[in-house]
Amino acid sequence: MEGTELGWWGVLIAVIGGAIRVSTPYLFVSLGETLTEKSGRVNLGLEGVLVMGAMSGYATAVLTGQPWLGVLVAGCAGALLSLVHALVCSLPRVNDIAVGIALFIFGTGLAFFLGKPFINPSAPRLPDLDLGWWSDSPHVQSALQISPLFLFGFALALFLAWALKNMRWGLVLRTVGDSSEAAQALGYNITLVRIAGTVTGGFLAGVGGSYLSLYFPGTWNEGLSSGQGLMAVALVIFARWDPVRCFYASLLFGGATALGPALQSAGVTANYYLYGAAPYFLTLAVLIYSASPQRALEGAPGEVSISR
Amino acid sequence: MNSLEAVAINAAAFVITLALFGVYVATLGHNPLDVYYVLWLGSFARQISVESTLTNAAPLMLTALCTAIPARAGLLVIGGEGALVVGGVATVLAGVLVAGAPFLLGVAVMSLAGALAGGLWIAFAGALRQYRGVNETISTLLLNYIAIAVMYHLITGPMRDWERVLKTSSWSIPDELRVGALPVIDVHWGLAAGVTVCLILYVVMRRTTFGFGVDVLGGNPRAAQMAGLPINRLVLICCFMGGAAAGLAGAFEVTAVHGFASESLVVGFGYAGILVAFLSRQNPAAIIFLAIILGGVAASGGLLQRRFDLPDATTQVLQGLLFMIVLASNAAYGRLNVFQPAAWRTA
Repeated sequence: MEGTELGWWGVLIAVIGGAIRVSTPYLFVSLGETLTEKSGRVNLGLEGVLVMGAMSGYATAVLTGQPWLGVLVAGCAGALLSLVHALVCSLPRVNDIAVGIALFIFGTGLAFFLGKPFINPSAPRLPDLDLGWWSDSPHVQSALQISPLFLFGFALALFLAWALKNMRWGLVLRTVGDSSEAAQALGYNITLVRIAGTVTGGFLAGVGGSYLSLYFPGTWNEGLSSGQGLMAVALVIFARWDPVRCFYASLLFGGATALGPALQSAGVTANYYLYGAAPYFLTLAVLIYSASPQRALEGAPGEVSISR
Repeated sequence: MNSLEAVAINAAAFVITLALFGVYVATLGHNPLDVYYVLWLGSFARQISVESTLTNAAPLMLTALCTAIPARAGLLVIGGEGALVVGGVATVLAGVLVAGAPFLLGVAVMSLAGALAGGLWIAFAGALRQYRGVNETISTLLLNYIAIAVMYHLITGPMRDWERVLKTSSWSIPDELRVGALPVIDVHWGLAAGVTVCLILYVVMRRTTFGFGVDVLGGNPRAAQMAGLPINRLVLICCFMGGAAAGLAGAFEVTAVHGFASESLVVGFGYAGILVAFLSRQNPAAIIFLAIILGGVAASGGLLQRRFDLPDATTQVLQGLLFMIVLASNAAYGRLNVFQPAAWRTA
């Protein structure tokens, strides 16, 4: 077996391949959360949205045989669930972070509740793009089997970074998120803009969920997501609300998540659970590193309570 | 604040939740009235269901405090699940160390170990917030995942009881240090501990200078700073007390229910406790009653699932729905004229 001959290089290639493979849900959720937070609200319930997206996408693919339709349905389910968050938060005196916790509990519960019949049937997977054709090594080839969703997420990150600075809706979104008084004075409907930001963010998180169930790991069960949605929310702070930095941070987190399985396939089986917890430790570490007690964070939307 | 208003709004939230759930089970082809009857049957109708309700309520009271006490200082801590797990593991370690000690001393040491571990766990998140500006909601949620991962690491390796084949678990605490049931009713002593801690903290938060300082801080941090209150110390103490309560819940889950640490500690008491805290509007005395009601929902979950062939996530859906509606109902406070005596006169 070549894997053992490659030794630590094998682990490195597996971590890089894993980073690409695992990072996509982080990327979509963090881009969605960036949009939501740029509008001035925090949606901590994207973990629930992610799981709901994974379930609905998988169920659609099982029932229709169309994985891409599953991706679309997952996005819509995520948008619908986030609409609940958006509407409840539009009521007076409602704390958006607390609503996020409720959505987290409700969304995962609903996904397990409705998704029970779909644990056994297998759904068609999303297709691969083989970008490793130039290499002879099967490890490199398998590491560079990439989902079109990953490339789409990359393009989306570039587009959002540009749009938030140059397009009309991007500027409106940021104005509402930075100062509701200023936006009000300019005549924008703050509630409506925030609802739009939250629902669009939920759509992206739902798409990220469909990647989990339809591409990698490519199954539906109750242990599918273990906090990726939550870590992606923390990652947005680390990325300073910048879509392109969200992309780099997602790769970093994907690599950390891939570390445990990569070590295990290289024969290091001890401390499996500790390596599995690497992404949580990493998230906490980057939060401690990037937070600051004195000043507001650079790039933080003025109306967002999470960075104060 | 009008407590009658809170009771009425909470009751309305419960009714709306049950109505929505009823509509849902009706679409599945069940009679909602049958479902409500089974909910009642499984939670409060018979002595055995009351005992099961109270057994569920005991840890809920303590994990609810983990959210409620820091919330009074203005923090949104949701680390009850992690603090409970850490407390449970610390209890096992202490129990193994003090094997052979007299019963009361042994139990006291184990409970203190659990409370201390949980308290330090959440105080760590409080310190990160005060000294580094790390958002406490995200850090405590991450600490939940970390606590669970560390527990799995310990019970599959360093602390594993290899003699137990059917279930992966840690070592057991000595049998003679296991805590039994209360007199009269078959519910473990954790219930008495939960009620006592809730009442003590109610008095501390309502009747002491410390509690007053915390309420000032939670109401207006700037004013607290101007008044020269020791803000960092207040926050750390609140976090420690909340975490210690959840750690104590873990201690009783070990000493009175399981006897060891295993995946049975990770059953969502921490998350349901957040809901109890919000329902009680962060009032430690109200937590006692609301924990019993939600303990009833948890207790009847099994019966509900078997009778109507519903998935085991049913209780979680009910809890999530109730949570959402309770938060939305915050908008109703102060708007119902019935509860505004001043409005009677002008009307």
